[in-house]
Amino acid sequence: MSSFVVDKDGNKRYAVTVNVNGSDYTKVVKANTLLVNFLREELDLIGTKRGCELGDCGCCTVMLDGKAVNACIVLALDCDGREVTTVEGIQDGEDLDIVQEKFIEHAAFQCGFCTPGMIVSSRALLNENTNPSEYEVREAIAGNLCRCTGYVNIVAAVLDAAENL
Amino acid sequence: MKQDYSYVGHSVDRNDSYTKTTGRAQYTADLKFPGMLYGKLIRSTIAHGRIKSIDTSEAEKLNGVKAIITAKDVPSMKWGLSPARFDENIFCIEKVRYNGDKIGAVCAVDEETVYKALKLIKVEYEELPAVLTWQDAAKEGAPQIFEEYPGNLNTEIHHHFGDVDAALKDAYYVRTDKFQGQRTYHAFIENHCSTAYWDGDRAFLYSSCQSVHYIQYHLCRVLGMKMGNLTVRQTNVGAGFGGKLDPSGLDFAAVILSKITGQPVKMFYDHAETFLNGRGRHPMTMELTTGVDKNGKILAHKFDCVLEGGAYTGLGIASSYYAGSLLGVLYLIDNYKFDCRRYVTNLPPCGAQRGHGQPQPRFAFEHHIDLVGEAIGVDPIDMRLINARKGNSITTAGYEVKSYNLLGANKMARDASGWKEKRGKMGVGRGIGVGNGGFVTGAGFCQYRTDYPHSVGMVKVFDDGTKAYVYSNAVDIGQGSDTVLMQMAAEAMGYPYERCQMVTGDTDLSTLDFGAYASRQTLMAGWAVKRAGAEVKKKVLAKACEMLKASGRIKEGFGYLDGPLTPEDLDCVEGIVFVKQEPAVKLTFEEVARKYFVDHGVLLGRGWYHPGKLGGNHKGAAVGTSPAYSSATQVAEVKVDMETGQIECVDTWDVHDSGTIINPKLFHGQVHGAFYMGVGETIWEEVLFDKKTGKLLNGNFAEYRLPTALDMPPVESLTLDDSYEPNGPYGLKEVGEGATTPTMGAVANAIYDAMGVSMTDLPITYEKVWRALRDKKASGK
Ligand code: FES
Ligand code: FES
Repeated sequence: MSSFVVDKDGNKRYAVTVNVNGSDYTKVVKANTLLVNFLREELDLIGTKRGCELGDCGCCTVMLDGKAVNACIVLALDCDGREVTTVEGIQDGEDLDIVQEKFIEHAAFQCGFCTPGMIVSSRALLNENTNPSEYEVREAIAGNLCRCTGYVNIVAAVLDAAENL
Repeated sequence: MKQDYSYVGHSVDRNDSYTKTTGRAQYTADLKFPGMLYGKLIRSTIAHGRIKSIDTSEAEKLNGVKAIITAKDVPSMKWGLSPARFDENIFCIEKVRYNGDKIGAVCAVDEETVYKALKLIKVEYEELPAVLTWQDAAKEGAPQIFEEYPGNLNTEIHHHFGDVDAALKDAYYVRTDKFQGQRTYHAFIENHCSTAYWDGDRAFLYSSCQSVHYIQYHLCRVLGMKMGNLTVRQTNVGAGFGGKLDPSGLDFAAVILSKITGQPVKMFYDHAETFLNGRGRHPMTMELTTGVDKNGKILAHKFDCVLEGGAYTGLGIASSYYAGSLLGVLYLIDNYKFDCRRYVTNLPPCGAQRGHGQPQPRFAFEHHIDLVGEAIGVDPIDMRLINARKGNSITTAGYEVKSYNLLGANKMARDASGWKEKRGKMGVGRGIGVGNGGFVTGAGFCQYRTDYPHSVGMVKVFDDGTKAYVYSNAVDIGQGSDTVLMQMAAEAMGYPYERCQMVTGDTDLSTLDFGAYASRQTLMAGWAVKRAGAEVKKKVLAKACEMLKASGRIKEGFGYLDGPLTPEDLDCVEGIVFVKQEPAVKLTFEEVARKYFVDHGVLLGRGWYHPGKLGGNHKGAAVGTSPAYSSATQVAEVKVDMETGQIECVDTWDVHDSGTIINPKLFHGQVHGAFYMGVGETIWEEVLFDKKTGKLLNGNFAEYRLPTALDMPPVESLTLDDSYEPNGPYGLKEVGEGATTPTMGAVANAIYDAMGVSMTDLPITYEKVWRALRDKKASGK
């Protein structure tokens, strides 16, 4: 259990160390602090979006120890000592990841609000499965809602990325 | 008519590609300002009642709460989107009109404190009986929601062109069908958010909105501010689809609370509140009667429509007109009668959603006309070919239609989909259906009355010529308007697109545009920036002419030049200015622009657009008249599980008659998204309320069911090569909304072809299909 301090109202606050995009960050969080708010408010990683906040839309998707999760239904406390990759951590320095490149090439985004989550989900899929079928791509992003694109270009972009890994 | 262009017609990458794929793109909720407070609205918990008291004392005592405001603290002037029906207050005065209505606002040091404070606020009501359906609203003696709308009747429309009754008498076949639409909702993923701060007597507001101009106008009107003292800005917008056009309570509250507290205030909705904000699709109750001759030619059509409006008017008057005003654009109907009523009810207000008032009436008509055709033995696509409008014509209502190729769209969709081999031949549980649609390309009038141009553009070339800034407050809500506007400006200037940059989303810094609605920006803002670009080019050519003459590189009166060199002898393409007759004699745009700057100061081009006087003289002609109309045909193929009622949309084709396409990649994206929304509304989507309390029941994406990637069929998006619109810059017209309008009809008709029972009640859920199949079996047909 992480160490904690008690505030004047008697609420415990815990020190957690989370590795985000390759660097360790130690912060004090409440028991109910959500990972999405930890990333956005504490670390200013605004790429992780807040939409439904109920685990339904996927715009807050990040990788937790390599697996895609909805950051709005994960507690920051549960990430102590673990690795989180956000959309900001997908690219390698200046170079965009192939998934990002293909999203651009296929215009796989419009308003862009679902895009960080889509890219993280797609990348998580390709990390596990380098040769997904169209159905597997659709399944992997079925938890990411996009109101703008009808997923048509997103699916094309992910399949194209898989071919060019 | 079409030329080879450097940028127009090219699938250039979106200008926001890098920021949006790397998580750097900032939306309003991502902005942080030092000392920023967080705020939310106080909402009614009953559907209809008088406010007896509001007790905020406990909340005020809460550590961290900075301000709480209610109606008594804010101006009482009413606002709305149609001047004829301003009926909304910033916060409810005296009465609440729906469960979720705006009573006040709280701001505090952090979100958690705001939520705690909201729980401590006590509102006492004298509850009034609620009216939750239009049928109840229309009853004798029904509770009155607004004094100004006796009988809860918000508006009525009666249009009659020709003589419907006489024509019906002569018809070979007459048929009446009834349809019911449902309440749906835009379902963008970004919740509304507004952040404001003050500097002296000037306020700055960031709003996730579809029109910085309308937000600025409405706020200033109600708050009594000079428009020059309120700057409205927007960053990226997480889509709108019509739901971010009305000022939300957040905009007003952010400006007022930041004034009171002297600190920046961020007002935000959580997801369920975006449903309560409403402004989505009206449920429509529709009755259609058509008389045809024996070939299927429509002789007369009668359309009776009732809209269930929810609590306020918003854009509802326009929605009502749109329900009936565009049918006569699609089809040649000499005798047409449109009767429409809109009632207010105690639910969140309905308004404009992609396609505005049109998609449900299109669904109804497109299915109805198939039933008419079936009865007289005419194939659905033939029915449409017989009745489709042709271009360069005038509608019965007086609208002028220039380019229009609905005929071509139908034929292309028919051939691409393999219609002839499939229709009626795919066996039980498989079906194919067709639907037509289209939309205006911009409304002919400003929402409030003004003689301003509808769009103003500007191009400023940077001092040394290495950059061109394109100015327009057209709002990119995701459709890609920034990208296509820069393509057009670059083309007009003869300057590299890659070196253009958009200056937008700021009422101070950029130039007027009415915003993203009515599929208007590509045409209207397009004209404005194209003209601005052309003015830059003119100046560049004049300066280049001067420079060439002075350089001595030109021998006037010899060879390729029989007279003195004039700017007309020059052209500029992709940043190179050259002599048309001798392209080897050239200068770079950069060096010419730099010289211009040295001699005259800033190199500027200006442009603006006003549609002028458009067709139609009847009352309400303003809604439907437009400089240009798109047309579209969609064909859908479905599978219906005859045991369970499950529907699978397996394949779709869309042909959009869209004029010149500025960016094919973005164009097809619009078609995909439009189809997506349409198919969702056909099969799954519906906003539900408790039938007694009017409380929202499914304000989340688990229960308001959007199609996922597994539900979405492939979309083959096709275009008509010879489509060219003389009223549009570079010959373009709309795509964004028009492509939503044929979808419900096409999918519903395919379902009918598959199951043999006509489904007239949206959404056509699996359960409804299952019940219909069960009833069909029971009746032994
Ligand atoms: S915000 Fe996390 S799933 Fe929607
Ligand atoms: S791009 Fe707008 S929600 Fe996906």
